[in-house]
Amino acid sequence: MRAICLYLHIHQPWRYRRYSIFDVAHNHNYWYENDYYDKQNNERIFRKVSEKSYKPMLALLERNLKRYPGFKVSMSITGTWLEQALEWEPELVEQIRRMVSTGQVEIVGETYYHSLAFFFDKNEFVEQVKMHSDLVARLFGVRPRVFRNTELSYNNELGKWCDEMGYKAVLAEGWDKVLGWKSPNHVYKVAGGTRTKLLLKNYRLSDDIAFRFSNRQWAEWPLTVEKYQNWVNDDCLRGNLINLFMDFETFGEHQWADSGIFNFMNELIYRWLSEYDNKFVTVSEASELEEPADEISMPNTVTWADTERDLTAWLGNDMQQEGQEALYSIASEVKKIGGDLLDDWRRMTTSDHAYYMCTKYWNDGDVHAYFSAYDSPYDAFMYYMNVLRDFEYRLKK
Amino acid sequence: MMKILMLGWELPPHNSGGLGVACLNLSRALAHNGAQIDFVVPYTAPHEGIDFMNVLSACKVDPLFRYGAGAYDSKYVDKSLIPEGEKTVSIREIQHDYCKFVNEYLMEYKPDVVHAHDWLTFEAGVLAKKNYGIPLVAHVHATEFDRSGMTYGNQLIHEIEREGLMYADKIIAVSQATRDIIVKKYHIPADKVEVVYNSLDEEFVKSAYHYDDEDYKYLEKMKSLGYTIVSTVGRFTVQKGLANMMRAAARAISKNKKLIFVFAGDGEQKDELLELSAKYRISANVVFTGFVRGKQLRDIYEISDIFVMSSISEPFGLTALEAAHHGDVLILTKQSGVAEVIRSAMRYDFWDTEKLADEIIAIAESKALKKTLREGIEKEYMKISWGDIAKHVIEVYNRVDKHKEFC
Repeated sequence: MRAICLYLHIHQPWRYRRYSIFDVAHNHNYWYENDYYDKQNNERIFRKVSEKSYKPMLALLERNLKRYPGFKVSMSITGTWLEQALEWEPELVEQIRRMVSTGQVEIVGETYYHSLAFFFDKNEFVEQVKMHSDLVARLFGVRPRVFRNTELSYNNELGKWCDEMGYKAVLAEGWDKVLGWKSPNHVYKVAGGTRTKLLLKNYRLSDDIAFRFSNRQWAEWPLTVEKYQNWVNDDCLRGNLINLFMDFETFGEHQWADSGIFNFMNELIYRWLSEYDNKFVTVSEASELEEPADEISMPNTVTWADTERDLTAWLGNDMQQEGQEALYSIASEVKKIGGDLLDDWRRMTTSDHAYYMCTKYWNDGDVHAYFSAYDSPYDAFMYYMNVLRDFEYRLKK
Repeated sequence: MMKILMLGWELPPHNSGGLGVACLNLSRALAHNGAQIDFVVPYTAPHEGIDFMNVLSACKVDPLFRYGAGAYDSKYVDKSLIPEGEKTVSIREIQHDYCKFVNEYLMEYKPDVVHAHDWLTFEAGVLAKKNYGIPLVAHVHATEFDRSGMTYGNQLIHEIEREGLMYADKIIAVSQATRDIIVKKYHIPADKVEVVYNSLDEEFVKSAYHYDDEDYKYLEKMKSLGYTIVSTVGRFTVQKGLANMMRAAARAISKNKKLIFVFAGDGEQKDELLELSAKYRISANVVFTGFVRGKQLRDIYEISDIFVMSSISEPFGLTALEAAHHGDVLILTKQSGVAEVIRSAMRYDFWDTEKLADEIIAIAESKALKKTLREGIEKEYMKISWGDIAKHVIEVYNRVDKHKEFC
């Protein structure tokens, strides 16, 4: 028996607009940019990505779920994505609800705001996870039983927390430096845990699709289903569970439709299932596939980002650290007041905001390595701090 | 060995601005890369310490004559500058003699390339190309559009610039912004224009500098009281966008009183700027230093926290790199050439006074932002070396002549 565990992550942040110091104390609108074509207009960006990715990929998945009862997929969907979908394209939420009701789709838990709260404020982290679970229960009628943290960040402390909370499994990067000779194609246990399993991303096979698929400089381009299936078969020699974890936007946004990514996926599902003893599994099913091969310990935080697999793209410079520290330092005061202020504050915890301040690639002049809604990391920081100033004003009012 | 006839207008120490400095650094680096250079200047004076090329004098005039020989309004040199009994000369007369000299030179010598710097020497460059068939490289440090703040400017100069650019086999522009002007305003085919950025003067970087708090005691005091010093340096002329900067200063001070703005320089807009500062009631926060150079200028860079380049149009903007050398963080208009190479700086459009005010306040109020910007610029401001620039220019030389390979 060989199994593919396909897991897709869907997220959009609430980008704050270019919020000037002269807006502070006058205007509390951070999220709605009037100019539709502005870089920070959340509605425009959501609709654009929806046309290119959400709509065609959800349609592809739903079609295959209907056609093949053996096709399974797992998804994590952030609260900020769901809020925006409900506001602009509620039919997407309805479609996901239909898919979940087939029993072939599992929803994975995470923080509502796709935040770094775990590293700054454990209470806030717990609250955000609960908010997300409640929202998923309300919209889809299920509660997540498998967990993933923002950017697939994981360490032993998180594993322990998941174990205490009774999650069946937690997702992490299958990074060589941690695994050594071990294979990501087995089920593991979190270090010191009693029940929570650790599922590790097979980053080579995942990134072949997520990062390299349309790259014409890649020696393996073009990637055919036949070739890819051979690689998967070869990889099964070191374990029969292939964890393909990636962004949902891989399909249509990172890899454009004209690269053939949709046809590739469509055909891969069919070909995989047509072979004897092959199947797809959800993350929960994957965790029960076999007895844990071993315990994996990750004392340092590992993420699925960059070649470093750490959080330096989010917390690597002083602006990023000061931004997060300043935000969490007013948490308890904000919570005393609650209401709109708390909602606005929580939207600022979204990790994308810290990422926009990253200078790691900025100085190299490699513009393509910098995905941002702002002109520069410095601009991103400036407007971010102005929003925090307005929070201070509202606290004292 | 490749022979270059370099047509320039000035060389340090007989220079009035950045053109001479750029020419000297470029020539030195080219010579180190194997070029044999004859450099023509329009005056007669000793150039001590220049041993890597021949400096040729086209005219018998003293360098001082050029200072008064304005191309725009004054036909004659400031009388007080002229030694007793000497004749006065206009810039057109000097250019005429300059061409005559180049013509005579070419009757005897055959350089591989003629490299002409700015409109001042373009006529001589065109002569070499037209009469002797020598490949012409036209180097544009500034156009008449830049000097006039993107308005009409002097039509005669426009014409000379256009002719030079038309005849040139290759054009070197000091930034993409300048390249755009050459392509859009002078209708030159884009593939003829190469961008070669400038770098800091090697003398400026190497020379000994010691800061003492003698010159700017007042600013030191204010700084110790928690004020942030924001400075700008340059001619007070429409090109530099200083009125916008004054408006932004007023906006910024309305939110943060602990800001001091230093306007270093002089020019025809001085009174207007003084009046503006009074009109906005921020005179107490604005300091005018008058014209500064040398150590006094470096002291301003040294004491400043933020350096603003507010130019409406700036071919390159070397002062920003000088300020970076002294540890300032930079705010640049998107219209300045230096903003094309420097990433670790805040930017704004020259008309966007609100954003400039935002940026000044943000830096003044956040140590983290200031630190990140400063660490970034320290790594960046020297990334273009004169050696790299010379290699690029030699590539350009190699491309103009189809018949032989240089170096």
